[in-house]
Amino acid sequence: MFNQKKFIVSHAPFWHDGTSINQRSYHTIFAAIPAILLGIVHYGIPAVGVVCLTISSAILWELAFNKIAKRPVSIGDGNAAVIGAVFAMLLPPTIPWWGVIIGTFIAVIIGKQIFGGIGGNPLNPAGLAVAIMMLSWGGFFDFNQALVNYELNFSMAYPLHTLKNFGVSAIGDFHALDLLMGKQVGGIGATFGLGLILGGLYLIIRGFIRWEISLSFLAGVALTAFIFNVSAPEKYAGAGFHLLTGYTLVAAFFLAPEDSSSPVNFLPMLIYGLGAGVLTVLIRNIGAYVDGTIFAILFMNIVNPLLDKIRPKATGKVTQHA
Amino acid sequence: MIKRSFFGLAKPRFEYESAVGMPVKPEKISVPKKVTLFFKETCTCPSALIKCGDKVRTGQKLSLYEGSENYVISSVTGTVSALYPYTGDFGKSYTAISIDTADQEETDNTFGEAAKSVSLDTAKNFLACVPGISCACAFSDPAGTVKTVVVCGIDKDLLISTNPYIVSNCPEDVRSGVGILKKIFAADQAVVVSGKDLMKDISVIGSASGVEMRLVGSEYPAAFPQEIMRNLFEVSLPAGKSCKDMGFCFLSAEAAASVGRAFGSGQIPVTKILTLIKKDLTKVIVEARIGTPIGDIFKACEVITEDRDRIIIGGPLTGYAVYSEDYPVQPDTDAIMVQGSEAVSSVSDYPCINCGECVRICPAKVPVNMLVRLCENAQYEAAAAEYDLHSCIECGLCSVVCVARMPVFQYIRLAKYELARIAEKEAEKEKEEADV
Repeated sequence: MFNQKKFIVSHAPFWHDGTSINQRSYHTIFAAIPAILLGIVHYGIPAVGVVCLTISSAILWELAFNKIAKRPVSIGDGNAAVIGAVFAMLLPPTIPWWGVIIGTFIAVIIGKQIFGGIGGNPLNPAGLAVAIMMLSWGGFFDFNQALVNYELNFSMAYPLHTLKNFGVSAIGDFHALDLLMGKQVGGIGATFGLGLILGGLYLIIRGFIRWEISLSFLAGVALTAFIFNVSAPEKYAGAGFHLLTGYTLVAAFFLAPEDSSSPVNFLPMLIYGLGAGVLTVLIRNIGAYVDGTIFAILFMNIVNPLLDKIRPKATGKVTQHA
Repeated sequence: MIKRSFFGLAKPRFEYESAVGMPVKPEKISVPKKVTLFFKETCTCPSALIKCGDKVRTGQKLSLYEGSENYVISSVTGTVSALYPYTGDFGKSYTAISIDTADQEETDNTFGEAAKSVSLDTAKNFLACVPGISCACAFSDPAGTVKTVVVCGIDKDLLISTNPYIVSNCPEDVRSGVGILKKIFAADQAVVVSGKDLMKDISVIGSASGVEMRLVGSEYPAAFPQEIMRNLFEVSLPAGKSCKDMGFCFLSAEAAASVGRAFGSGQIPVTKILTLIKKDLTKVIVEARIGTPIGDIFKACEVITEDRDRIIIGGPLTGYAVYSEDYPVQPDTDAIMVQGSEAVSSVSDYPCINCGECVRICPAKVPVNMLVRLCENAQYEAAAAEYDLHSCIECGLCSVVCVARMPVFQYIRLAKYELARIAEKEAEKEKEEADV
């Protein structure tokens, strides 16, 4: 028993497939890069400033909370950085610095940490922050007003705003290809359709997000928009327009599939995605808000625990009838 | 180690390895200087029947106490040198007995006499710890309760080729063993199952009258008893019930071969076949006496261990790690795996992030994401009532794919262990109250 070698003793299993939370986080940020880059190309240094400040302040808020709550420092997992990056994608480049700081406070502290940190948040942190900011300082998210000083080589009207206020006849200027290539105003990382789709496909193929949620969300948007469009083409825009404008694509690939606030079983994932998609178009077409995506996602986040009760029967489970 | 593929969208597959290309000749380990055997009961040393200095012969049945049903079969001839308590996984208490080997080997003939009557009692009295038997109670049920005997020619865990080796190298023993098992259990059905690549070999065994052959899938955990029952017999095991409750008796091919050999030769087999999985994942089939310290096997097979390595008894997904090279080979030690320190994966204390990987890979469709939240907070009863704790077949896949690297599997086993303890305590209490 003396001079014995010291072996590592632990419990089964002795293999792990090598995945980790920070891998997941950094790949999510990687997938967001194309969309954010185009935003930076369009809006220049202010956009760089907003992106940098969101990510860094999100990380600092998390660090501050870790210290105050005397919990292990968790910024290394990259989740705060992801929240910051996703939040930045939704912001206009002209938002003042204090808006960013308050926004990341809402996202990281109120959205995530007070629920116990990663995995405990019932709502999408970035989504929650945007919703609260939108209700508190609506002007920041009125993209027409926010980007009034920019003159780029495409229409400087926010497509959904135009649709809401001037009807279908006014959106004839927006061509699907232009919208796909990011020739529209909007959030820093929310306008470049192609980049978002590529990033989303990357995340789906690598298995970092669940394809069921993204696809059913897009299907929900397309289907509802199509039904509205067919019933009254002069009043409601088509499916393609709704898919490529506002926060639709960024929500499909970055907001809706957020791990902790979305379901994990197959059928609930489909219902969750479809529900969020349907609500998005309902709010856009007959609600008061220009873009209902954020509220639709947050609403489905709340329904999520109920939805996830729909699950396959475990093997050998004996159901007892009353 | 099986890494997640680049295309993480595809569900990861864990395949049993093909038995083709397996080493044919086993590495024979010479009789060690000292063997250690485990009695499955608590040590109350002064009252033991066995004392240090007692002489024992190979194949001799050793009981610790008067009237005790537990026994071990001495695997060598020699002198008892130590008797001490040993605590295993989950606080299971054993009594370890060390025997110093003598030069001359003598064989005990008590079983030879008894073997003339091929009966369940003989098996119960002498063969409950032959190589390959994992549960001491394999023969303890009365005849007639077992309806189907299933002999597995494939190992439960990955990387192990002990039972495929037995099937392809001693099919005759397995065949006679299956016949005997069917007879002594008075079972309606005897079935041999194996992987696809051993089809030819099991057809030799299957040629015995009344023995059926079935093939199991190649994807882990298809070789688990619960999965075999579900897939091959279309019997769904109700949660919390054991295979035995449903009239099934699962034995490994090695156990069947041992039984066949024992009744054939009148001697209790004492050598165990096992798979040694080296650090580079190459495999060696080893033949060693039961009780051989695993350090002796490492020496013979040129495995060099260092600090911070991990020694695993059993396979990579369901085995258990030991802290010493003195740990002996047991009748159910089908494999020994050595992991270098660089291959040791660690767990974290992160909470579940709800990614759902475990839910999608669980063969028993257990909502692991919810279950683990309750287990983490010691809500074991709620875990069992609401989130199907007892449906878990303990394959360990949930921990393998866990993004947060939680010890999910350990939480589940701990929950089951605690619930069993609570049930035990309650039963005791009830009994006391009834006595009053």
